[in-house]
Amino acid sequence: MVDPITVNTNAGETLLRFRDDVVHDEPAVTLDAFLGQTNATAVRLEAGDDARELLDHLGQIALVEISFPTFRDGRGYSAARILREAGFEGELRAAGDVLVDQIPHMRRCGFDSFAPEKPIDGPTLTKLLALYPQPYQKAADARVPVWKLRHG
Amino acid sequence: MYVYDEYDQSIVDARVEEFRDQVNRRLSGAMTEDQFKPLRLMNGLYLQLHAYMLRVAVPYGTLDSRQMRMLGHIARKYDRGYGHFTTRQNIQYNWIKLADAPDILAELATVQMHAIQTSGNCIRNISSDQFAGAAADEVADPRPWAELIRQWSTFHPEFTYLPRKFKIAVIAADEDRAAMRLHDIGIQLLERDGVLGAKIFVGGGMGRTPMIAHEVKDFITADHLMSYLEACLRVYNRYGRRDNIYKARIKILLHEIGVDAYRDQVEAEFAAIRELGIDPPLAELERITAMFAGPAFATDAPDTVDRSDPDFAVWLDQNVAAHKQPGHAVVTISLKPIGGIPGDASADQIDLMADLAERYGHDELRVTHAQNIVLPHVRKADLHSIWTALRDAGLAEANLDLISDIIACPGLDYCSLANARSIPLAQKIGERFAGRQRELGELKLKISGCINACGHHHAGHIGILGVDKKGTENYQLLLGGSGAEDVSLGKITGPGFDEDGVVDAIERVTDRYVELREGGERFLDTYRRVGMQPFKEAIYG
Ligand code: HEM
Ligand code: SF4
Repeated sequence: MVDPITVNTNAGETLLRFRDDVVHDEPAVTLDAFLGQTNATAVRLEAGDDARELLDHLGQIALVEISFPTFRDGRGYSAARILREAGFEGELRAAGDVLVDQIPHMRRCGFDSFAPEKPIDGPTLTKLLALYPQPYQKAADARVPVWKLRHG
Repeated sequence: MYVYDEYDQSIVDARVEEFRDQVNRRLSGAMTEDQFKPLRLMNGLYLQLHAYMLRVAVPYGTLDSRQMRMLGHIARKYDRGYGHFTTRQNIQYNWIKLADAPDILAELATVQMHAIQTSGNCIRNISSDQFAGAAADEVADPRPWAELIRQWSTFHPEFTYLPRKFKIAVIAADEDRAAMRLHDIGIQLLERDGVLGAKIFVGGGMGRTPMIAHEVKDFITADHLMSYLEACLRVYNRYGRRDNIYKARIKILLHEIGVDAYRDQVEAEFAAIRELGIDPPLAELERITAMFAGPAFATDAPDTVDRSDPDFAVWLDQNVAAHKQPGHAVVTISLKPIGGIPGDASADQIDLMADLAERYGHDELRVTHAQNIVLPHVRKADLHSIWTALRDAGLAEANLDLISDIIACPGLDYCSLANARSIPLAQKIGERFAGRQRELGELKLKISGCINACGHHHAGHIGILGVDKKGTENYQLLLGGSGAEDVSLGKITGPGFDEDGVVDAIERVTDRYVELREGGERFLDTYRRVGMQPFKEAIYG
């Protein structure tokens, strides 16, 4: 999906989603709460939480929300990749200080949903997402790295 | 040399467009300075005391004459006619206008150059041995590996907001000309059972807590290099400290959790990702390696040089090194004229060096981490002509690795973090010792204007650190550091000095060295043999 769908949630959040399934509306619980009460289906990871602790439970999780307390805190990028590398196919949402220039990188790390604190300018995002014709490295998205284009 | 294909070019072109758009959004007020800062930093654009500074990447320090001329053109058109070559083999311009920056990047892109990731908390330009491809002692040319890493690290989506900047160096000889073990990751290529692979060192760095990198992986082959580095970076990105900027480098993480725990975590991560298809096929390394095959050297080039001109002979002995091909040599052009600004070159000098490379040097130039320029492949028969042209341009200072071949950071003349000036001090030292520097032999002197250590003072045989003493500039003296294969960190001699005082103290140190040295000992060897005490006595009486 190239352009996001804007969705207003019941909780009053505006989401940018790159998936067309129904928004999961169970509130996300903390990692500690999730590990203690294992029937939850939505989890919120703080920047310092270890995403690996979810790996045994991915089958039951529909939504993981990863917090970006400031856009400079890059831990969430690794958390997202770890989840995608382990086969997680549910919604992966970046929440907090999410800015337009960071979203293309987040997409590559596997995020497909965004809950930015401040509104994102749609045309700028569309332009940025289409800017780079191909990436140099393999990541969590389907984009084909340059070396693969070179060598098949 | 590496030549872009359509993919490389399209990525660099897209970057220019992206940055132009970001600058426009900043200038229109759509973005705050706080939001713009990390974006401009990732394009090498710093705000300094007087103006913007632009840092242009010279990947692993290698350039051709067309690229070098472009650097001269930018100095002339957008700066004040100068460029400043840096300790990370890049070039900086100190007087750039924000509105011009996108045009500069567009001009650079026409010669396959850019400013990508020359600052910011991301993987910086990869540095390497300035004698790569020419040195007799290398097991292979390290630059194809550096280029592979450059591509992998360019816009790496996971590692663009690391806790702190991240510097990688690649070498392939036992002699370390790139301060490899003072990098966040240092890579040494070596051959084992006929297979080329890499030894990986992690956690080196300067700054306020200098550390020497630890060996973390004994041997990794090219087919898993990227996934291994990805594991190294991921552990750092997840666990490196973000609460304190001064404790955010990977060296602190290794120091706090210990090298064994770090290694175990990297191995666990590596095991999880090594088969995920992160590594390019070996054909990619082969494609790149073919471009570094090097020039076809004349096999009948005469191996003797006419030394009858005494000034030329001095330069020959000091600034010319052996080449792997008989009849050829490696020339280091000193950017440290006595009384000059270390690392600075005028646009005309840049053009002249480009001309010499084109005419005599198989069109190649290198930037060294000691802020000099190298012509890696020249014929011995051409050395006198090269020297004559350099001399006429004020570039024939015969001081490579001598006390006036100083590394100095920009210091208080340009830098908002500085405690003290570095450049005028370097000039004074050069002037004081010009007459006897050859007698003192190899003596690497490095100056930083503050604790951030941009001038590598920890790694100087003699290091100088600018500190603030009740509002006045003060300098501490360090002895015994080295950034080479005998890597070590310097130790502070004692109380600091004012500007003239530190020059006097260096004189007392060098006088004592001359008294104490045995045989062909360098200053550093004597220091290591006799220790700090005799020098302390000489300085403080
Ligand atoms: C004038 C503006 C500059 C500023 C504000 C600046 C700032 C800094 C800071 C804050 C650090 C410490 C980073 C850390 O250890 O976490 C640092 C380190 C460093 N800088 Fe600069 N710098 C400037 C110019 C330069 C220049 C011109 C060079 C090259 C000639 C340079 C080369 C380095 C190097 C080599 C280090 C040490 C890297 C290490 O810790 O391993 N810097 N700089
Ligand atoms: S060492 Fe300090 S004074 Fe020198 S350039 Fe770096 S930050 Fe500035």
